[in-house]
Amino acid sequence: MNKYVYADNAATTRLAPEALEAMLPFLGEQYGNPSSVYSFADGPRRAMAAARETVASVIGAKPDEVVFTSGGTEADNHALAGAVRFGSKKHVITSAIEHHAVLHTLKKLKKEGVEVTVVGVNSDGIVDPAEIAAAIRPDTAIISVMAANNEVGSIQPIAEIGAIAREKGVLFHTDAVQAAGHIPLDVERMNIDLLSLSAHKFNGPRGVGALYIRRGSRVSTLIEGGGQEKNRRSGTENVAGIVGLAKALELSAADMESEGARLSTLRDRMIDEILKIPDSHLTGPKENRLPGLASFTFGGIEGESLVLRLDLAGIAASSGSACSTASLDPSHVLLALGLTHEVAHGSLRLSLGRYSTDADVDHILGTLPSTVKLLRAMSPVWTE
Amino acid sequence: MYTDKVMDHFSNPRNVGVLEDANAVGQVGNLKCGDIMKMYLKIEDGIIADVRFQTFGCGAAVATSSMATELIKGKSIEDALKLTNSAVVEALEGLPPQKIHCSVLAEEAVKSAIADYYRRQGIDPTPIVGCTGDCDACHAHNHEEE
Ligand SMILES: Cc1ncc(COP(=O)(O)O)c(C=O)c1O
Repeated sequence: MNKYVYADNAATTRLAPEALEAMLPFLGEQYGNPSSVYSFADGPRRAMAAARETVASVIGAKPDEVVFTSGGTEADNHALAGAVRFGSKKHVITSAIEHHAVLHTLKKLKKEGVEVTVVGVNSDGIVDPAEIAAAIRPDTAIISVMAANNEVGSIQPIAEIGAIAREKGVLFHTDAVQAAGHIPLDVERMNIDLLSLSAHKFNGPRGVGALYIRRGSRVSTLIEGGGQEKNRRSGTENVAGIVGLAKALELSAADMESEGARLSTLRDRMIDEILKIPDSHLTGPKENRLPGLASFTFGGIEGESLVLRLDLAGIAASSGSACSTASLDPSHVLLALGLTHEVAHGSLRLSLGRYSTDADVDHILGTLPSTVKLLRAMSPVWTE
Repeated sequence: MYTDKVMDHFSNPRNVGVLEDANAVGQVGNLKCGDIMKMYLKIEDGIIADVRFQTFGCGAAVATSSMATELIKGKSIEDALKLTNSAVVEALEGLPPQKIHCSVLAEEAVKSAIADYYRRQGIDPTPIVGCTGDCDACHAHNHEEE
């Protein structure tokens, strides 16, 4: 088999060697607990402070507004549960295409009496800020809309939503797990109060993330204990992970423009070529999409079979078909775009990243049409 | 996630395609649920002389169809009717729990084709074959809600 082509960067990414390098001392000799007063802990303590500054500067925040977490999921849980548990306001506005880290958290919070308004999206997978504005009530505690979607790559109008939230005095959270390190984010310009990010989506390590919490935001803590992170997130810090997160984010921010342009070109080449396959359709918008993410549906075939066939041909991709989700329903995102179950079963997501090459795309484009053809030949619902 | 046997039948499905001179054809499942199996049989003197299948569905759906065709090829109608979904699962050396319904579909596809064989001869298949899945399509997809 030739080299394996990894085209599932929206699921997770390869750790940047530079990030690994930066992490190693903190997995080795620099094991002091940052909370300790002695000099042996100075190294880890300084490294954490530097990491916090890096993250803050990339998103336009102040260092003390950055709280490190165990990942995007925890950051999302913290933002939502923290906002509704703080005061008496118990209404939340969100979108139909959020990650389960948001939607399942809200489902759980409903059991605590929280009311949720879920705003739909258009057929490109984009939220209409006017619908968010219309859903605001006197008891709305928080608006949570993701910066970019993980399945169809649609970039959301978060600056507009932020402006609305600010004007109405409602907290605004954005799940920027897919966006951070890939598209520009600025918490000031976009009026963001809470922002979740996760290192492993931008070539940092898995299991570490951050929640930006604007100074003065009324948000309860999620995890209680020893009072680390200025009492906002307890637990002895994952210093190596935090250092790796910061290094990876710094790298991504440094060449965001050139990488974005390079990946968009590769992505559009994939889109143009793949749409030549009969009965193939792009999901999500043509413009305003994440640079590396191309997503499709193919009539007459099922996504998991397609993913398994591509794997046999040396390509890692993913699908939102029912068979590839834990439930027996296709992805809620594809359904929210207005796709039928029938169509959503034939979905495929190809997501490129920092280490994707022209040759990778050549291999994908050389393999996919014949793979689709092969599966259609054995499909009882496909007719040429 | 799948056993080697499942991947073998998925990547190299046996008896896949259309059987032009089939005298029994059955289709089960539906597009909404995400899997459809179509089974073509050529029955001669009560024996399944030849078989083909077409499947729209996940890896397990393809593998269970393929295995089911292997298990009934050359068998009598009576023996083919005795094919159970658990026999298919066993022959595949196991399936993930959420994929068991695919094996049910494979069993039903065989029964549905045999029912068609009887119907073509003016014989009511229900007493012989029983439910063939098309009586309550999608029943294997009981959605679990917390
Ligand atoms: C949009 C979005 N939010 C949240 C998450 C969860 O992040 P993590 O895997 O770091 O918990 C993911 C990734 O899985 C994601 O794509």
